[in-house]
Amino acid sequence: MNKHVSPKMNRRAFVIGTAAVGTGLAIGLEIPFGGPAVVRAADGSPEIGAWVVVRPDDTVVIRIARSEMGQGSLTGLAQLVAEELECDWSKVTTEYPTPGQSVARKRVWGDFSTGGSRGIRSSQDYVRKGGATARVMLIEAAANEWKVPASECTVARGVITHKASGRTTTYGKVAEAAAKLTPPADVKLKDPKDWTIVGKGLLRLDTADKTTGAMTYGIDVKLPGMLNAAIKDCPVFGGKLKSYDEAKITGMKGVKKVVKVGDTAVAVVADTWWHAKTALEALPIVWDEGDNAKVSSESIAKWLAEGLDDGQPAYVGNKNGDAKAAIAGAAKKVEAVYSYPYQNHATMEPMNATAVYTADKCEVWCGTQNGEAAFAAVLEASGLPAEKCDVHKVMPGGGFGRRGQTDYVRQAVMIAKQMPGTPVKLLWSREEDMAHGRYHPITQCKMTGAFDANNNLVALHYRLSGQSILFSLRPEALQNGMDPAAFQGVAQSGEAAFGYSVPNLLVEHAMRNPHVPPGFWRGVNVNHNAIYMECFMDELAQAAGQDPLEFRRKLMGNHPKHLAVLNAVAEKIGWNTPAPQGVYRGIAQVMGYGSYVAGAAEISVTEGNKIKVHRIVASTDPGYVVNPAQVERQVAGSFVYGLSALFYGGCTVKDGKIEQTNFDTYNSMRINEMPKVETVMVPSGGFWGGVGEPTIGVAAPAVLNAYFAATGKRIRSVPLRDQNITFA
Amino acid sequence: MANLTINGKTLTLDVEPDTPLLWAIRENAGLTGTKYGCGIAQCGACTVHIDGVATRSCGVSVAEAEGKKITTIEGLASGGTLHKVQEAWIAKDVPQCGYCQSGMIMAVAALLNEKPKPTDADIDEAITNICRCGTFQQVREAIHTIASA
Ligand code: FES
Ligand code: FES
Repeated sequence: MNKHVSPKMNRRAFVIGTAAVGTGLAIGLEIPFGGPAVVRAADGSPEIGAWVVVRPDDTVVIRIARSEMGQGSLTGLAQLVAEELECDWSKVTTEYPTPGQSVARKRVWGDFSTGGSRGIRSSQDYVRKGGATARVMLIEAAANEWKVPASECTVARGVITHKASGRTTTYGKVAEAAAKLTPPADVKLKDPKDWTIVGKGLLRLDTADKTTGAMTYGIDVKLPGMLNAAIKDCPVFGGKLKSYDEAKITGMKGVKKVVKVGDTAVAVVADTWWHAKTALEALPIVWDEGDNAKVSSESIAKWLAEGLDDGQPAYVGNKNGDAKAAIAGAAKKVEAVYSYPYQNHATMEPMNATAVYTADKCEVWCGTQNGEAAFAAVLEASGLPAEKCDVHKVMPGGGFGRRGQTDYVRQAVMIAKQMPGTPVKLLWSREEDMAHGRYHPITQCKMTGAFDANNNLVALHYRLSGQSILFSLRPEALQNGMDPAAFQGVAQSGEAAFGYSVPNLLVEHAMRNPHVPPGFWRGVNVNHNAIYMECFMDELAQAAGQDPLEFRRKLMGNHPKHLAVLNAVAEKIGWNTPAPQGVYRGIAQVMGYGSYVAGAAEISVTEGNKIKVHRIVASTDPGYVVNPAQVERQVAGSFVYGLSALFYGGCTVKDGKIEQTNFDTYNSMRINEMPKVETVMVPSGGFWGGVGEPTIGVAAPAVLNAYFAATGKRIRSVPLRDQNITFA
Repeated sequence: MANLTINGKTLTLDVEPDTPLLWAIRENAGLTGTKYGCGIAQCGACTVHIDGVATRSCGVSVAEAEGKKITTIEGLASGGTLHKVQEAWIAKDVPQCGYCQSGMIMAVAALLNEKPKPTDADIDEAITNICRCGTFQQVREAIHTIASA
């Protein structure tokens, strides 16, 4: 009865996926750095390569292709460019090129997608080269003017000096000449030890407008003559719109039009959104819900539980030795089953996009984590070619992975297409946003550990059953049907590698895809894998009669970077010293997105079910830290996201629909529930890891392990809300 | 038609009396700094001051707000000078995405008006806004910075 996701969704995903990997739109990834023909920014200032524009007043405009959504990478990326450019940081400003401009210039700004904690780590190399290239050209322009070798010139904060002759000039003065030069074929990047801008906790570049109400989010976009749309999509995923009775709302105040949106949704367009929403609520709608209406949380749980059974087929993600045989012959074994629910991203700003369509042009304004995917959606929904489309990125009120999808962009274009020439802003109500998420995938996990007679862990069998995100959103990324991302945090190697050595190991995934659409939810598969593995590690330590930290350490000899962050939190929280009276500790570690992270929690529990999280220590090794102040904020914020998920985050399914409708039924933690988070950064260099997501994985298991220490009770399913456990 | 006094100006707006104040502010008065997050008085993104009291504007009708003094985030600064909460938010780099921050700042400004030196417990009680980005640690630090200035 649990239907696989519909082919329609796969086709949609395919278009987005191809855009994201650059085969659909791109003519090939090139990072050109200008050239003899001067390219000018909108204000007429010359580009010194695609990444840098220098204005006559010495202002430096740095182009940012990835999306800022609160995580701070706009500032971090600008720091990386400015570091190599050697410009004056106080004169730096940024701008977003549009995806249409990028495609028209052979994808000169590379990938726009901003997910997987990739914003900085996947573009750091070419944006730094962009800065270095511009620096070389600017110095060369000054040297040419002075008729001296460029090698005799130096630069600091955008001021070029020829020491021998005592001459100086500025970037703004030589920019025109520099723009006409041929860029150097190759540039050398600075040694990280010489960085002066990167590595500093500089203030973000985009804060002021967020404190005055002046920042324009998607919801705030205003265009002349714009109308507003409210939408309802079939609440049962995979269902269709059957009919609606428009006559019942014609004549309601402000209503301009009622439109069908694809096969599944209906929208009311009105002068104001409040009028559109009021009329939509009064509109009688009949849905064709289809077979998925029979699916419930119970039916999904039952289906997933069957997948935990060894007899069912499964994909193997990590293996050594013979775990099943070793378990069969072991002196002692421990077994546990854990589960993780659907969760909505619940970005603070609900989904929205503004579109205007004519036969000659289709433009969209929206918050998006992937400008190019949004662009591909505009092309597809409008039916117009790339040169007649564009997307203007505005600040999103949170992303967390949700705004990497483009369903709302497509809807906005489908509505605007039915009203040519009239700009329409589509805004989802919070209720629509809760009902049509791209949910954290649902899984269960059965783990079996086996010991020899000396309490050494000799085998571990880790069997996941549940949903694959790639199956639904990027089927082209599956490997012979297997979703490699399902093993994030427990993988054999790579950017989310398992941190323990177990002589006999079997990690496998019985894929089961219910009809509820999954998505990349900040932290993604690391979240549940870290809970399963790190809570079970504690169970194993207990079974072996050993301290949870010491037990882990013994298995981590071959994983020094995993161990280093674990040791860092243990030391900072004072693991080997007694906790304050009534306070209990828990610890966890994981690798994700190329970074090593660990967390330790101090909690107290009253009445057996009220948890106060007093203190969190979090350690991270992302290789390099571009902006420690922003890393600190991402780490602290990760605990808000991760602990909200642990305590409150559960979306349940009834009659094929999500039951939660708003923050009253899908809560998010508040300031009174916020522990003090102490961040320990231990960047070890030589690699670039992500920051925005990995820490979320350790938030829940650190607290759950502390809860066991406090109460002797294991919690094996999320959210705590459903087990009558709350914040104190 | 309704007369609303927003940020010191009385505006005559073509809006029905049962419209939530939030939408009258955003769509009829055109002040979009006040944000929509839930529409059911849960998240605090729409917080404004009504006669000086921090109020979730999605839960107040236009009729109820008529005749009262409404201040939105756009009216918090006086003249060209930012409010001390705005200044602290900039100095302490509080916002992440920033979407919740108009409401957060309005709630904090009202708290500090009432209690210039709030304790952690005062903060916990008065500030109940949701921030999905998780800026609470910076919010608390910034409040204490203002209070100790
Ligand atoms: S929008 Fe008013 S409290 Fe959420
Ligand atoms: S800063 Fe993004 S929701 Fe608070």
